Amino acid sequence: MKENRMAPKKQIGDTVITSIIKVCGYSSILFVGLILVFLLKEGLPALKDVPITSLFSIRWYPIEGLFGILPLIFGTLLVTISATLIALPFGLGTAIFISEVAPRWIKEILKPIVEILAGIPSVVLGFIGILVIVPFFRKFLDLPTGLTAFTGAVLLGLIAIPTIVSVAEDALNTVPPGYRQAGLALGATRWQTIWGVTVPAAKTGILTAVMLGIGRALGETMAVMMVTGNAPVLPSGLNAIFEPVRTMTATIASEMGEVATGSQHYQVLFLIGILLFLLSLVINITASAVSTKQRKRAERILS
Amino acid sequence: MKKFSVRDLSIRYSDDNESLRKINIEIEANAITVLFGPAGGGKSTFLRVLNRLNDLADVKTMTGEVLFNGVNILDPKLDVIDLRRKIGMVFSRPVPLPLSIYENVAYGLIMAGERNKKKLDSAVEAALRQAVLWDEVYDRLSDSGFAISGGQQQRLCLARVLALEPEVIMLDEPTSALDPVSTAKIESLLTELKEKYTIILAPHNVQQAARMADYAAFFLMGELVEFANGKDMFLMPKDKRSQDYITGRFG
Repeated sequence: MKENRMAPKKQIGDTVITSIIKVCGYSSILFVGLILVFLLKEGLPALKDVPITSLFSIRWYPIEGLFGILPLIFGTLLVTISATLIALPFGLGTAIFISEVAPRWIKEILKPIVEILAGIPSVVLGFIGILVIVPFFRKFLDLPTGLTAFTGAVLLGLIAIPTIVSVAEDALNTVPPGYRQAGLALGATRWQTIWGVTVPAAKTGILTAVMLGIGRALGETMAVMMVTGNAPVLPSGLNAIFEPVRTMTATIASEMGEVATGSQHYQVLFLIGILLFLLSLVINITASAVSTKQRKRAERILS
Repeated sequence: MKKFSVRDLSIRYSDDNESLRKINIEIEANAITVLFGPAGGGKSTFLRVLNRLNDLADVKTMTGEVLFNGVNILDPKLDVIDLRRKIGMVFSRPVPLPLSIYENVAYGLIMAGERNKKKLDSAVEAALRQAVLWDEVYDRLSDSGFAISGGQQQRLCLARVLALEPEVIMLDEPTSALDPVSTAKIESLLTELKEKYTIILAPHNVQQAARMADYAAFFLMGELVEFANGKDMFLMPKDKRSQDYITGRFG
């Protein structure tokens, strides 16, 4: 009898918890959807009101009505790609060192340090960038100003490295020890085993780490605004990387505060937001496409 | 001919666990030596000493001598890579490397510096034939090493070892994750392979130990309790403890 009374009670608790979880899940989808709707609503009119020729010109000078977003896109791509190129070898190298090479006590010190580094607010790093890295590059590379795309790339690289290290190290750690032993038992050297067995086995996780690192670099605003010189010009020539640039994120952050709501300038800033959204969407889709491809292969093999 | 002579081998791990205590054993060439006993008895540790894979573990002290073809392999100056090429090892779970079937077999040779495509091709084919796997995979050598069944994967791991033409093959519970049919295949394979190789096998049950043993060593809690030829060990064990274990009184 007692059990009979218990059963419905349990079911009610179950239903309540299930619906709470459902609400949480759906609401996050809803929020993302609302953000997208808001971005589109505020940004898309720019395509109608601002002439396309102006949008794709090379001059960003909103006061004169010149809304060329090419220099901003270029600035973002230049800084992000160079930052990735800097962060990738260091990040992967550090991850491999921590996971495969370092003795245990070094590993136990390094791993938390890296994770703390990943949590330092970027404005603090920007501050260090202005005070240390900028003057250093100006003197060391003999430039008119240290506020360049390169400075931004170095700083962003430094910001992205802890993310890459942390995620890639986790991926390497989940490689079954049997792989390493099998490689070594076949007479491979430690390095051959790392490069030929362990890293390929952790490929998916390492790729995720790289994508997260790129995402971090792409979305970074404060630090990059502080050290890239904030000049929305399309640099020409090979030394473009040693000239000031301005990224899309920095433009939104520095100008959004002073535009009139609904003006053309305001709409274009939102359009830039849409472009950023698309960029990170492409990165995420690429990353998940690659990892699902691998997962599908694994499933096919297991079945 | 003796392949290995082990004298007074003792190992203590850094957590103060004594894994092997004063092991003395001679391992005969071209025969199957079976190491058996309950888990934690030191069989795996012993195997991993022979190819120095134990270098990776947290060993606190290791004393004694292991002579392989008369050379002490515990010598820190020994070329471990070369040693491991001569002493192949198959693990309890099939661990194909995340490469194609072909690359799995060729891996050891490529790492050893072999670049000649023709030589690699023929070595891969020979190794796969020796492991009786060729007929099952010859038309899909470029598929992933994971794309075949567990039993096939384990034979692939064996082929990978055979490709290096080692002197010794060590197998640590090679059939513990396999079905009876695959197990039978591996066992008959080993009986053929002992013509050419020295085989050290740590089976996962007493029945397999009894089926396979030319020589048998009973390990219990880090001690080598009894070492005899296979028939003597399983028909009339001398030590009370081996007797109890073989007849199933514990374990």
